[in-house]
Amino acid sequence: MSVSNLLENWAEFRHTHPVNDVPHDPYKWAMSIDLDACTGCNACSVACYAENNIPVVGRDKFQHGQVMHWMRIERYWPEDGRDFPDQGATFLPMMCQQCEAAPCETVCPVGATNHTADGLNSQAYNRCVGSRYCSANCPFKVRYFNWYDYPTTENVWPAEMTQQLNPDITLRSKGVMEKCTFCVQRIRAGERAVKNEGRILRDGEVQTACQQVCPSGAITFGNLVDPESKVHQKWKAQRVELNADEQEKDKEEGGTDLRGYRILEELRPYPSVMYMERVRESAI
Amino acid sequence: MKDINEDIAWAKINKDVLRSLESPRKLYWVIVFCALAAFSIAVGCEVYQYNIGMGVSNLNNPHVWGLYIATFIFWIGMSHSGTLLSAILHLMHADWRKPIYRFAEAMTTFSLMTAGLFVMVHLGRLWQFYYSLPYPNDRGLWPNFQSPLLWDAMAIFTYLSSSILFLFVGMIPDLAICRDNIHSGWRKKLYTVLALGWEGTDRQWRNFRVTYLTIACFLIPLAVSVHSIVASDFAMSQQPGWHVTSFPPYFVAGALYSGCAAIITLFIILRYVFKFEEYMTLPILKKTVRLTFAIAMVWTYLNAVEFASVWYSHDVASKEVLIQKATGPYALAWWGMIFCGSIVPLILAFKRFQTNIPVLLVTSLLLNLGMWLERWMIVAPTFSHGYYPWTWDHDQWPSWVQWGMVFGSFGWFTLLFMVFCKVFPSVSMYEVKEMVYHRSLASKKLEVSGAQESVEGAH
Repeated sequence: MSVSNLLENWAEFRHTHPVNDVPHDPYKWAMSIDLDACTGCNACSVACYAENNIPVVGRDKFQHGQVMHWMRIERYWPEDGRDFPDQGATFLPMMCQQCEAAPCETVCPVGATNHTADGLNSQAYNRCVGSRYCSANCPFKVRYFNWYDYPTTENVWPAEMTQQLNPDITLRSKGVMEKCTFCVQRIRAGERAVKNEGRILRDGEVQTACQQVCPSGAITFGNLVDPESKVHQKWKAQRVELNADEQEKDKEEGGTDLRGYRILEELRPYPSVMYMERVRESAI
Repeated sequence: MKDINEDIAWAKINKDVLRSLESPRKLYWVIVFCALAAFSIAVGCEVYQYNIGMGVSNLNNPHVWGLYIATFIFWIGMSHSGTLLSAILHLMHADWRKPIYRFAEAMTTFSLMTAGLFVMVHLGRLWQFYYSLPYPNDRGLWPNFQSPLLWDAMAIFTYLSSSILFLFVGMIPDLAICRDNIHSGWRKKLYTVLALGWEGTDRQWRNFRVTYLTIACFLIPLAVSVHSIVASDFAMSQQPGWHVTSFPPYFVAGALYSGCAAIITLFIILRYVFKFEEYMTLPILKKTVRLTFAIAMVWTYLNAVEFASVWYSHDVASKEVLIQKATGPYALAWWGMIFCGSIVPLILAFKRFQTNIPVLLVTSLLLNLGMWLERWMIVAPTFSHGYYPWTWDHDQWPSWVQWGMVFGSFGWFTLLFMVFCKVFPSVSMYEVKEMVYHRSLASKKLEVSGAQESVEGAH
């Protein structure tokens, strides 16, 4: 520990602004979600609970808004003048958007949440002091706080269920923030596996839990740097650029028929998740 | 009417002030007891929350910040008027501050200490709070210097240590008086140590003046920066309702406002409890009240500026938050803030109320209620109507744990303050003597020359 640590290294502590940043090498993990394919079945949410050892808080705490679903299915009712059975709900699977210029990262007083070189927004549980500033500044409100000491709370994981817990993931103690990691444990395990073969991960070798279980295949996950990857091709087809807060296609007169967009793009967090659904005039 | 009687003998000043260390009215003990009871409620709440988890406060996602942060800002704000009275008015040679600045300065220190507790109480992992301080460690880990919360921690720490120093330095000559007049017991030892061997020699006085002035000059930018940084916690975030450029001056004005209102409250209590009628006189109260009124109007203006800039910016999200504040679940609190913060202080404009003790006591408490509501209305509504529509229909009401902690913080503050006033002279003896001396000189000069110049501001 020295002052030079402060003077020399701390500037590298954070990435430069993503627009000017060097391309991620060799990975930039990203996602695309086809909302027209999503049926709102919640399988992704369940898979996420199972994969990431997320505490099941129970009815009371759910009602208090203290639920921990990293992956949540949001249900919206369009106001089109129709009543329930005829009125169709629309669904939006929402998880941490792994923003390139994440509003949560800059405000954490202890630097517990940081950007990794492969474009993930990481969360160091051990470093977190629980100021909850990250959640306060998150535009999507996808960060979940451990309001209780869930590993020791009864009924969160009943005794017979502890065998089901994923050994690759820690249990989070009370007072720390957590959120979707793009199943970072799977990514790291995959990287280690292919390291011996002297190559990098190929498309489809790592799947997130939500992607794996989605019955309609609405979720695509992969390496945005790899031009062969499905996610890259989808982003390209939809003409969504990661490092732009104003997409070229939106400047075209009359707009395009393309469906890809990113949520709250105008706030410039540069999210890594692209959603696909035609934005209808009636919905605006 | 004169600010202070010019023919008070110096020995009488000593006697009157030293008496406050011995025999206050019975009300003093009642207040101390109530404060202790309130504080123990807060301790109970904190022990409960510490053991079970933050969830007992009813905070949730997205309402991750609640009364703790709001009350934290409230107490930080309260600390500003002490510096205003003791440092800014000192530099401006407004000598009417002399009998009342000591307790205002103590208020600064103790409200900062209370505010610091709220940061702790708010943290999810209170036992790791030191992670947010830049301390040397083997892993070469630093806190995140980009975070306004870190600036906060450092600013508050600096401000707290400086105001303790300022309070102490300003008290040295008085501590020597205490040392010389009290002949036995632990107090004698305490005053002997704290008086630092003060004898009142010319050299000591010269050094004392220079030191005092230096710290005063150092403290003023600190006071402004502390609350600007607290404002940055909000203004530097991206959330609608928080991302407002005018927040730093708005926060500083609010801080001075609630601080001045608190000074009026404590003025009235101390005056009665310690029988300081001769020193904390009504004309001085009147000046404080006028100052408060002026600051109240500045605050009202800045409030209007904030609303107008949000309204005319046509930023949909911010505007929605503003509309939600006025019509949503927080409407009662929000209109309460407008009423207590902008309408009630109009009472202070009337001369007959400027020295009316019961009216002033109620008014000053209402003003501070309004200022507390203001802080709550800055923090909470943004969470219930932020950018993301999915979070909109989650209402949240603080649990009794949060309310208990807020309530108890007043007990903790009052306890510290009352103990301070009993152990240390809460009226500055040497400065009251100066004031009396200068005023009598000035009026003698006036008699001799027959000049028409005002005695105000004589030094």
